[in-house]
Parts: sequence; C-alpha cells; structure tokens
Amino acid sequence: MAFLEIKNIKKSFGKYEVLKDISFSLEKGEVLSIIGSSGSGKTTLLRCINFLEFSEEGTISVDGNTIYDGGSLHKYTDAEIRENRLHFGMVFQSFNLFPQYTVLQNVTLAPTLLKRGTAEEIEANARRLIEKVGLSEKVDFYPCQLSGGQQQRVAIARALALNPQILCFDEPTSALDPELTGEVLKVIKGLKGKDSTMIIVTHEMDFAKNVSDKVIFMADGIIEEIGTPQEVFDNPKSEKTRSFLQKNDEI
Amino acid sequence: MTFLQVTLFLWEGFKLSLLIFAVTLLCGAPLGLPIAFCSMSNFKPLKAVSKVFVWIIRGIPLMLQIFVIYYVPGLLFEYPVFAKIDRFFFLEYGISDTGRIVAVLLAFTINYACYFSEIYRGGIESISQGQYEAGYVLGLTKSQIFRKIILKQVIKRIVPPMSNEIITLIKDTALANCILVCEIIKQAKELAATQALVWPLFYTGLFYLIFVGILTIVLGKIEKKLDYFKS
Ligand SMILES: Nc1ncnc2c1ncn2[C@@H]1O[C@H](COP(=O)(O)OP(=O)(O)O)[C@@H](O)[C@H]1O
Ligand SMILES: [Mg+2]
Repeated sequence: MAFLEIKNIKKSFGKYEVLKDISFSLEKGEVLSIIGSSGSGKTTLLRCINFLEFSEEGTISVDGNTIYDGGSLHKYTDAEIRENRLHFGMVFQSFNLFPQYTVLQNVTLAPTLLKRGTAEEIEANARRLIEKVGLSEKVDFYPCQLSGGQQQRVAIARALALNPQILCFDEPTSALDPELTGEVLKVIKGLKGKDSTMIIVTHEMDFAKNVSDKVIFMADGIIEEIGTPQEVFDNPKSEKTRSFLQKNDEI
Repeated sequence: MTFLQVTLFLWEGFKLSLLIFAVTLLCGAPLGLPIAFCSMSNFKPLKAVSKVFVWIIRGIPLMLQIFVIYYVPGLLFEYPVFAKIDRFFFLEYGISDTGRIVAVLLAFTINYACYFSEIYRGGIESISQGQYEAGYVLGLTKSQIFRKIILKQVIKRIVPPMSNEIITLIKDTALANCILVCEIIKQAKELAATQALVWPLFYTGLFYLIFVGILTIVLGKIEKKLDYFKS
C-alpha cells in the first residue's frame, strides 16, 4: 500500500458535485502537483484531505491506516478529526498568519499548545525552521511588517513545526506579486527530500514540471490525467489537458 | 448658596451617576458575551429567542424600560418589589432610593448588555474564516482557537465601538431621574425648585465633560496599546 492512498473521494455542495470520484496515491518523499483551471475542485480536494471539508464517500489512508472513511456510519469526534488533521500540514493561498503574534510566536503557538516538547525545544526547532525559510532576521517581526512572500514563508515554517507527514500547499504563490513568487517556490523546492511528502496545487507550470514526481490535471471534479511531469506536460493524452496547457503557454 | 455648596450638592448626584455607570459597565459587559454567543448559536430556537430579546431591548427607549422594570412587578403581580426595598432601607437605615436605584441598575445592565452583545457579535463575525482554518489544520481545539487566536483580534476590533458606547453610557445615566433617582440632573432640578437657581442645571454639563475627557484619554490608550498589529 502506498504512503498516502486517496480512494473514490466524492464531495458535493448541495446538488452540485464538486469532486466526482477522485483516487490517487503517493509514495513517501514524493511531490505531487495538481494543476487545472479555476473551479475544477483543487481547493476542495485539499480541504477534504485536511478535513476542513468532509467527503461523503471515499477513504483516506496514511501509512497503511485508513484514517477516514466518508461512506462509513462512524461519526468522527472532534478529537479524532484533530488527530487526523495532524497527519497533514496546510499552507493557504492567503497565508492566514496570526496577526497578533510575531514570526517566532506564529511558529511556536501550535507546538506549545499541543505540548510537543519543552519551551526551549519548541523555540529552538522554530528558530531552525525560520532559518530554513530564510527569515532569521525577522523572528520578532509581526506579519503586518512582512511582504507577502515573507508571510508565506512564515506560514510554511508554521506548518513544518508540527512535522506533518504530508504537507499540502493551495496555490501558495497566487496571492503574491510576480517578483515575490520566486522566493517562496525556492523554499518549497528546498523542502524536497526523502522524508517530505508534498501535494502542491499550483498554476506555476515550470515549477510543477521541475519539482514534481507526479502531476495531476483536474477538470470538472475528476482527474483528467495523471502521470510523471514528462507524461503530462510533454505528451498529454487527454484533449482537455492539451488545451489547458496550450492556453497557459499563450499567457 | 455658594458656588462651592452647589458644586458639592451636584457632586453628591454625580457620584450616583458614576455608580450607575460603573455597575452597568462591570455587569453589562460580561453579560453581553453569553447573549452574543446565543445570537450566533447554531441551535435555531436559542438564536431566535436571543435575537428577539436584543431587538426588543434595543428597540424600546431605555426610559421606558426603566419604567417597566420599576412599575411592572407592582402592577402585574401586586408585589411592588422595588418600592418595598425602598421602604425597608429607609425605615431600617434611613437610606432613601435604594429600590429605585436597583431598578435603574437592572434596566441599564440589561439594556447595555444587549448593545454590547451586538458589538461582540459584529467583532467575532468579522474575523476571517481563514484564521479558524489555520488553527484547525494545526490540530487546535475550538476553544484554543478562540482563546489564543480569535479573542485578541476581536478585542482590537471592538475597542472603538465599545468606546462610543461607554461614552454614551455616562450621559444616559441622566435617564435615571425619570423615576426620581437623585443623579446629578435630578439634584440640579432640586436646586431650581427649592432655591430658584437655574444655572446649576447647566453647570452639570461640566461634570459630564470632564468625565468624558478622562474616558477618552483612557480608551485612547487602550486602543493605542493594540496598535502593534493589524488585522
Ligand atoms: N463551500 C462551498 N459551497 C458551495 N460551493 C463551493 C464551495 N466551495 C467551493 N465550491 C464550488 O466548488 C467548485 C470548485 O471549487 P474549488 O475547489 O475552489 O476549485 P479550484 O480550487 O480548483 O479553483 C467551484 O465551482 C466552487 O464554486
Ligand atoms: Mg482554489
């Protein structure tokens, strides 16, 4: 069994079926990019994986354990949902940093509340992560004193502080000025390694091509195409994928 | 009467105005919180009751509410509880007005709790869903998210409207004289009636002005203290 197994996820809002039977798997240390036009359900998929939404059907398994089964009658308790969420980390398009806390406090807040070690250990780890995202000089700054790119790097450090098994990014650079996307993409690229499994929803095609082991092209709530970057970008089988990539090239 | 005597006489009344102010703030501000949570509840009946209650309290003049609270126990249940308190304290301790003051404090506290609750609700609802979601994906509980993430941002947002309401409150205390509670304006009217002095009535304005000046400075300091972050 793969490290992450998503099977037959279905999600509707009212009558509107946003995700129609999504299945894929991911091995440990792999990077998956999800591309697709706006409204195709990419955000909803990530939200289901992070239990911000709950799919009506389908299962999610991590490391051999089925942690969620939408079709089962089991009613998940708040504690179980929290437990499940901790398998994953999430970086939002709009950063969502906590404005009243400094960079350091943003990163230490959750580990402290979850009692993930002594105050010294948590702070040392946070400082290491802040350095990793290149913001050592900004530890005592507040989010409002940082650029968008810097804020997003703090959000990445914050997510890393809980050591998630799988880190998800929802268009991490879409809210940024073009000249700031590079610094964030560089940080994400730097995270790649045998222990960090990542799912990245992005519109940065070059980035997706370079950094991913696997690419999914989504259209209208289904996986239209899945494969290696070479397969999806250079030899797309589906007509929809081809026209999507073509449109992107034109821009 | 000398100027000093008038001042002292009015000050006796203003002390009562300040008492109404302080009790309303200290009781009404905390009481507003459960009302706000009821108004935001997912449980429809509770939400409806709370919203109707707030609508009535905010929709009727405070003066009328004071009358209702003071007179209704006597009229409806033939048990004039506040008048009885009045009489008891007067006969036992020679203190007048106790029951009237209790009625006024009740009316003010309920009225202001409703106004505060709406400010709280607005503040809480103005925080973006993203802040909650950032907390959720970090595995925090709802209560941790509220206490450690949302609360301070709400406080920052409600300080300006709360300041307005608090400044209105000190001036509203004058309404207590509708059931003859001896707050400062009632005192001044007393002077007009018994001493034929009209100017003390206008002089009372200075008491309010000075107090509002102090409030403005204190509230401004609090606002400034929360200036270190933007949200
Ligand atoms: N909470 C919601 N309620 C109703 N419809 C929603 C909700 N969230 C998303 N949708 C709809 O689901 C579709 C997919 O949205 P989304 O997952 O955000 O797509 P993407 O991230 O690929 O742009 C859109 O048509 C959107 O309007
Ligand atoms: Mg999206």
